[in-house]
Amino acid sequence: MRYAMAIDTKKCVGCGDCVVACQTENNVPHGYCRDWIVENVNGSYPNVEIELRSERCNHCDNSPCVRCCPTGASHIIEGGIVKVTHNECIGCGACIQSCPYDARYSHPDGYVDKCTFCDHRLEKGQSTACVEVCPTNCLYFGDLEDPNSDVSKALKNRKWKVLAPEAGTKPQLYFLT
Amino acid sequence: MKTRRDFIKISTVGAGAAALGLSPITWKGLNTLNAASEQESVSDDEMTPYPTYCEVCFWKCAGWTYVDKKGEIKKIIGNKEDPHCNGRLCPRGTGGVGMYSDKDRLKTPLIRETKNGKSYFRKASWDEALDLVAVNLKKIAAEHGPECVALFNHGSGGKFFGTFLNAFGSPNITAPSFAQCRGPRETAWIATFGEGVGSPEPTDIRDTNCLVLIGSHLGENMHNGQVQEMSEAIDRGATIITVDPRLSTAASKSKYWLPIKPATDLALLMAWIHVAIYEGIYNKEYVEQYTYGFDELKEHVKNMTPEWAYGITTIKPDIIRKTVREMANAAPAVIIHPGRHVTWYGDDTQRLRAVAILNALFGSWGNRGGFYLKESFHLPKPKIPKYPKPTKTWRDAYPGQFKLASLALSSGICDATIPTADRACSFKAWIVSGTNLPLTLPNKANTIEAMSHLDFMVVIDTMPMEVTGFADVILPECTYLERYDLIRTSPHREPYIALRMPAVKPKYDSKPAWWIAKTLAEKMGLGDYFPYDDITDLLDWQLKQVGSSLEEMKRIGVKKFDRESGGLYFQQGEEVEFNTPTGKIELFSNDLAAEGFDPIPVYKPHPEPPEGFYRLIYGRAPMHTFSRTANNHNLWDLKKENSVWINPKVADLWDLKKDQYVWLKNQDGIVSSFPIKVRVTERIRWDSVYMVHGFGHATKKLSRANGHGANDSELITNVMVDPVMGGTGMRGNFITFLKEKPGKEVEA
Repeated sequence: MRYAMAIDTKKCVGCGDCVVACQTENNVPHGYCRDWIVENVNGSYPNVEIELRSERCNHCDNSPCVRCCPTGASHIIEGGIVKVTHNECIGCGACIQSCPYDARYSHPDGYVDKCTFCDHRLEKGQSTACVEVCPTNCLYFGDLEDPNSDVSKALKNRKWKVLAPEAGTKPQLYFLT
Repeated sequence: MKTRRDFIKISTVGAGAAALGLSPITWKGLNTLNAASEQESVSDDEMTPYPTYCEVCFWKCAGWTYVDKKGEIKKIIGNKEDPHCNGRLCPRGTGGVGMYSDKDRLKTPLIRETKNGKSYFRKASWDEALDLVAVNLKKIAAEHGPECVALFNHGSGGKFFGTFLNAFGSPNITAPSFAQCRGPRETAWIATFGEGVGSPEPTDIRDTNCLVLIGSHLGENMHNGQVQEMSEAIDRGATIITVDPRLSTAASKSKYWLPIKPATDLALLMAWIHVAIYEGIYNKEYVEQYTYGFDELKEHVKNMTPEWAYGITTIKPDIIRKTVREMANAAPAVIIHPGRHVTWYGDDTQRLRAVAILNALFGSWGNRGGFYLKESFHLPKPKIPKYPKPTKTWRDAYPGQFKLASLALSSGICDATIPTADRACSFKAWIVSGTNLPLTLPNKANTIEAMSHLDFMVVIDTMPMEVTGFADVILPECTYLERYDLIRTSPHREPYIALRMPAVKPKYDSKPAWWIAKTLAEKMGLGDYFPYDDITDLLDWQLKQVGSSLEEMKRIGVKKFDRESGGLYFQQGEEVEFNTPTGKIELFSNDLAAEGFDPIPVYKPHPEPPEGFYRLIYGRAPMHTFSRTANNHNLWDLKKENSVWINPKVADLWDLKKDQYVWLKNQDGIVSSFPIKVRVTERIRWDSVYMVHGFGHATKKLSRANGHGANDSELITNVMVDPVMGGTGMRGNFITFLKEKPGKEVEA
């Protein structure tokens, strides 16, 4: 099993619903977030394009955050989900430094926190909070090894890219372009 | 250390990237709140869901409020059975919990006192506060007549105060959603099709092949169901055509973006009509069967060629032709969207008439992929005594004017509150429920002056908005998550009902609107108009009449019924009687002609910005509703302030840099109360600037929103009133930049 997410940049309107839904689902304190929106503008008026992306942890196959963690708090669970065990984390921030996607933050309680792909929901057969709330339905989630999963189907017929491929982390967020 | 800004640089190909949402690293220092000790996520089956429908905007999506075992609201999730949201709330609905948890909420009734010339609010009991309201309203009724009391309302609570005011004897019930927003399109649609567009708009985007947006920025205005259907349309490869001087989010997803010169949309529309008719690509069968005035229209648009429009709109003739041919190819599955906030230039009814005519030419009204025939559910109403017959209305302040306004004008009532020599009686008291008038009506100074002439003003709200500061009595309403309201019956493809029930008890000493209105009515001897002890009695009685019950609705939240009005679309060749003077869809409007207005729209040029000034265009952000959510912590997290969008060429000219703060000064010398951040972006024309409406709160009682961003409504002092229906055209204001904090002489 290999969980992954595809984000359709052609449909995302950058509303930030994924951010709020994640905050309320996962008790993310005000002022912090596990997912966020990036808007890129290219060109000059009136030949302008924008790309909107809902971003979060890439749950990399080759994750520098897990490799650099001195206590083993950062680890990988079934399906390739990168997680942090809060009570094993000493808050040193090495993982924050190592992440090319800036996906981690220091929780005010002293540990590092990040997207979990809502594994507590996956256990119950639900999808992630951000996927389930998205009004434009631009997020596709599932098992890459299952050809019938939403994410596999989304990737099959569309062009996509990953962010910072040069970092060699084998990221698992795919942006449909 | 890597910050989000570094990250954006890495990922950006060109200039002008901006991150919405949160930046974990840079925010770290700011966070002093909410050091939540337990972060573990709670699974849904450990919580209790209570049905609700959202009150953060007018779309009123149904959802579930999840309450944990400690009785705390954890989250709000959309109801999958509800066609308004299909189980997916927008960011505001998801963040609605921030309305409940806001520590700045109004907590107790407050009464204005004056001591040694100083005015302040003191806490009061409900009994005392409502007694004071009753005494004052009775006094005004005795001295001036009950009609001198007006109700301004927005949202569910307003219905109860509407009943109260009608019972009291005043018909002057108004919502800024008409004259400051969608009024022109309602009037235009009634003149053309014999009925208004209504809300939610019956746009059949789900099945359309071509969606045309004229300044409508779906996706930035999160009209949930529409945004969802637009996203599906993108998936299906439907053609989207967006006309906007700004590269809106919708424009960026469109096959055609027409970066029109502001204030010239009507010329483009007339040229489209010209091409549709003279190329013979309109829906001849539909036009023949259903419309009136085609020959007059054809003659009228004879010279309104794409070449004519090019000189006005800056849109090239071949693009004008190509886009209208796209519409024709898709017809009748084409939607030229009527928009929502359409009070722009004072000739808005005429512009919307052109939109209506174009839809009629393509036969989209009543056809699949165009506009479906909406249906709403009718719940029985309890018997109440007849309302007293008023002897005067707000219309008496405007003899001979605005006869085609189908609803009362908020701006009209506001203006008629300022006494003039020739008006017999001005408004003496306002009841304001859920609408922050100083940031809602144009020309904030004028609104404040009007309020200063009132004998009495009572404000009902959940938050200490600017308007509450002008009240004599403030009544704290509980939020929608803490109360029952009337059953939602708004129209859709099928008739639906939705229940809102409290998930938790009201915080502080706040009360639901139904209780406030009913208790006030009882104090004034009008209790018979609220024939129930508790609103649940009314709801259960209503629901049982239609084969449901409160108990059932508490379980399911939303219930669908069968259509009773026939098909979702006109049948092939079906005879249809439209509610217009001719019974036809009127391309030539007899109603407008009778009132002395152009029966077919005529493009007239609008003033352009003077040198050094730029047209002020404003709009919405998807995570905020008007000015009412700026203090909501969940949504404030996403967007704390607005920025002024400036084309890089203009920024160079003024030597303005990204993220610099400037004050805005308009053509009348009015300067924004607060500075606003500069966003240098290629998404805006060089003759215009853009800002999101609803920021720049002046009241310190909104601890988060106060002083963040600028308030467009104070800069909108040139109000161009639509002579047809009284709408307030707000896009004829021009601003320039002040880099230094202006001195007092500028403010004066």
